[in-house]
Amino acid sequence: MSATAAGTPAPVPAPARVRASPKGRVTQAHVLRSEWTKLWTLRSTRWSLLAAVISMAGLGVLIAAIQNSRWDHLSLHDRATFTPIDNSLGGVNIAQLAIGVLGVLIISGEYTTGMISSSVMAVPRRLPVLLGKIGVFAAVTFVLMIVSSFVAFLASQAILSDHIHASLSSPHALRAVVGTALYVTVLGILCIAIGSLVRSSAGGISAFVALLFVVPGIAAILPNSIGNAINPYLPSSAGTGITQAVPDAHMFSPWGGFALFCGYTIVAVAAAGWLFVRRDV
Amino acid sequence: MIQVRNVTKRYGAKVAVDDLSFDVPPGIVTGFLGPNGAGKSTTMRLILGLDAPTSGSVTINGKAYRDFDAPLNEVGAMLEARAIHTGRSGYNHLLALAQTHGLPRSRVDEVIELVGLGAVARRRVKSFSLGMGQRLGIAAALIGDPETVILDEPVNGLDPEGIRWIRELLKRLAAEGRTVFLSSHLMSEMAQTAEHLVVVGRGRLIADTTVEEFVSGASTGAPVRVRSPQGQALVDALAGEGVEIRSVEHGALEVRGLTSEQIGEAATANRIVLYELTPLQASLEDAFMSLTHDAVEYHASAEAPADAPVTELGANA
Repeated sequence: MSATAAGTPAPVPAPARVRASPKGRVTQAHVLRSEWTKLWTLRSTRWSLLAAVISMAGLGVLIAAIQNSRWDHLSLHDRATFTPIDNSLGGVNIAQLAIGVLGVLIISGEYTTGMISSSVMAVPRRLPVLLGKIGVFAAVTFVLMIVSSFVAFLASQAILSDHIHASLSSPHALRAVVGTALYVTVLGILCIAIGSLVRSSAGGISAFVALLFVVPGIAAILPNSIGNAINPYLPSSAGTGITQAVPDAHMFSPWGGFALFCGYTIVAVAAAGWLFVRRDV
Repeated sequence: MIQVRNVTKRYGAKVAVDDLSFDVPPGIVTGFLGPNGAGKSTTMRLILGLDAPTSGSVTINGKAYRDFDAPLNEVGAMLEARAIHTGRSGYNHLLALAQTHGLPRSRVDEVIELVGLGAVARRRVKSFSLGMGQRLGIAAALIGDPETVILDEPVNGLDPEGIRWIRELLKRLAAEGRTVFLSSHLMSEMAQTAEHLVVVGRGRLIADTTVEEFVSGASTGAPVRVRSPQGQALVDALAGEGVEIRSVEHGALEVRGLTSEQIGEAATANRIVLYELTPLQASLEDAFMSLTHDAVEYHASAEAPADAPVTELGANA
């Protein structure tokens, strides 16, 4: 392209210049590649993902090992209520925290450092940046979490094999193992949307913690009739049903609750995208 | 070619840019000058599509920034606030930018070489000095080999060698026919780099002119330097409406409001001996200050004592 726009004489005649670099083009695939690089080139990302994997894969196994060693000392009631599937997947409670915080930071970190300006200058239509972040983070989270939850489940059942254990063919076992990875993945997407809406790390993490840990606590102290009516609709209750083989009382079905959780996430992503394209950076 | 047309930007009640219009032509370096808070950075953000104008339009080579399929190949920009995640290495920052356009890794190596960051590119940006950060910002701006280069306060934090390097780089880019637009609040810096000037204050256009015209225009009304052993008598002889006299070092006076001819004749008429009579050129900073004086948002509350007009000879001599 010539630097001289029609009708505007250039004060200095432009010498013929060979373009030093090939011309590029912004595509969603290119932006995904860029977001992949951005994700893995920060130490905080790598530590958070490692923490999520270790807690998801390790906590259930640790609990299984402890329960197995003291099985003979457990009361009959404890033995009767021990749920080998849900115990093996208990690490999700910590993994969700690591993934949620990381989801917020992936976008809020760009606002706190000013990186978002560079990102938006490179991709001025903006939406591909948000979708690229969601795509890369969801794929990475799902792969890591599905492997971790299978490891947690299989290792735990192997440890418990002398006493009470489940297998993948046990009722709800496979659904809970896969569901755990699905829940954490969608939670990560929800947290990217929260980070994009709030645009600050402190605010985004607060919003995420409030939504998942504070609101359920408040619902728990409400009168039973009200609490039971509200509870199934809370994002945490709706989302976690799919991770449990033995469901809590007064909840939606696992897939029904998960569909609601996905619905919340879609609404949050749509709001984040709508604002991201329109707001000043 | 950047065209800014009747652009206004309000943040709540505050008007950051007020009906601003100007062109930035290709082939020369255009300076964007104004005191801090004049709206320079905001205008650049509007050009780059980061903020949307309240009214008016901005185009680069006829297109709005958002409509480019490969914006980094069209426009390269460095913002004043470093738009870099400091936890990433310089190399990875540039790589992530290049990848959005599908540019090869070899281009990242090229721009790192171009700005002289080869030795530190793999280190995290957190550990960079201000000057290294500026060089990284310039590398990011040049990664797509753009036709238009927009730099906000590029010499900030650079050492003298770095300043000379960037001046030569910008002149070379302009000589290649590119549009080069850089902001500064330092007039002296602009005079050495830019040919054309766009001056703003309080978000409004103050001047759109060549550096040469700007300086000569500002020299009218410049002071005359006078030295005389009969200083008090001279002050009495010259005093009058619109005349401002102040003492400077070594018994010399600076007179504003009279030409050197008028001062010489007044001295002769009053039989006052003159040792020196020198019309002074306005310095670039003076020119800038006089133009933007009303447009500076925050004045220092107390004037420096040396600037106080002199009524009694010898008070400051």
